[in-house]
Amino acid sequence: MNTADQYLKAIYLVQAVEDGPASTGSVADALDVSPASANEMIGKLEERGLAEHEKYKGVSLTDEGIVRARDALSNYCIIERFLANVLEVEEFRSEARSLEAVIDDTVAERLDTIIDRSTECPDCFDAETDACEYLAEVEAEHTAD
Amino acid sequence: MSVGQRVTSDHQLARLLQIGVVLEEVVEARSTHHHREMEDEFDAELDTLLREAAAESAEHRERLEELIAELDAESVSYEEIEALVEAQYGKTKPEDFDGVLYDQLCNEETAYKFYDDLIGAIEGSDSSFSVDRERVLDTLRSIRAEEAEGVEEVTAVMERR
Repeated sequence: MNTADQYLKAIYLVQAVEDGPASTGSVADALDVSPASANEMIGKLEERGLAEHEKYKGVSLTDEGIVRARDALSNYCIIERFLANVLEVEEFRSEARSLEAVIDDTVAERLDTIIDRSTECPDCFDAETDACEYLAEVEAEHTAD
Repeated sequence: MSVGQRVTSDHQLARLLQIGVVLEEVVEARSTHHHREMEDEFDAELDTLLREAAAESAEHRERLEELIAELDAESVSYEEIEALVEAQYGKTKPEDFDGVLYDQLCNEETAYKFYDDLIGAIEGSDSSFSVDRERVLDTLRSIRAEEAEGVEEVTAVMERR
């Protein structure tokens, strides 16, 4: 996933949690980058018509930005699901985060041929738990066991 | 979240090599399924193309597995991936020869892109691994070259038809 898509996904998820524009600080925190780097990339997304930044309020995705962010989120779900269900990785969240930059969309699509993903994806992704709600459910059951 | 492509640890490298193994296993298993579903309708050219692709994937898998073992990690069994391919095959199977060729082209292109990104991510990092870095890169570069040839072969067959 390229850097722009990682930012779009992060803004989309922060907007979902904050229920409004995403503050630059929250986007920077989500991506573990400096606010200056986040500002610079948000400027580039604005130039490409993918986001709009309003001073003192934050950044919101445009319709085109939302489409790209949802695609990126679907691919991220595939990576999480693949790690959790196929490779049985317990720390699938942190591993997905460390691998997403190296996993291209085409690779995620190929991995998707062996994953049983819900048709509602990516709406089932829960920004609070940073995972698909179905994955979080299974995880909770394992913890309860 | 890490923005930017870099491989920085044995663990991350092993995980990415495991993904490479799975991609190769998907190629092999899907090719086997195409044969099972449509063998009677395949001509010699398509039959050879798929058989050679499956054999090449098996060989790539073995080379990746050697590195994974040296990183003290485990590979993913072919039987497990074959079962997953089988479970989802109904939803993803190609409908005709063109579909099979297109599927094979996607396999080769995806594998090429994966190895290309992985090589870039290793080259972009100055981390050392418990396996010789140059050996890892040589192995991956050689597999990437074979995937590039695979893309050309499938494209040539598609153009002839």
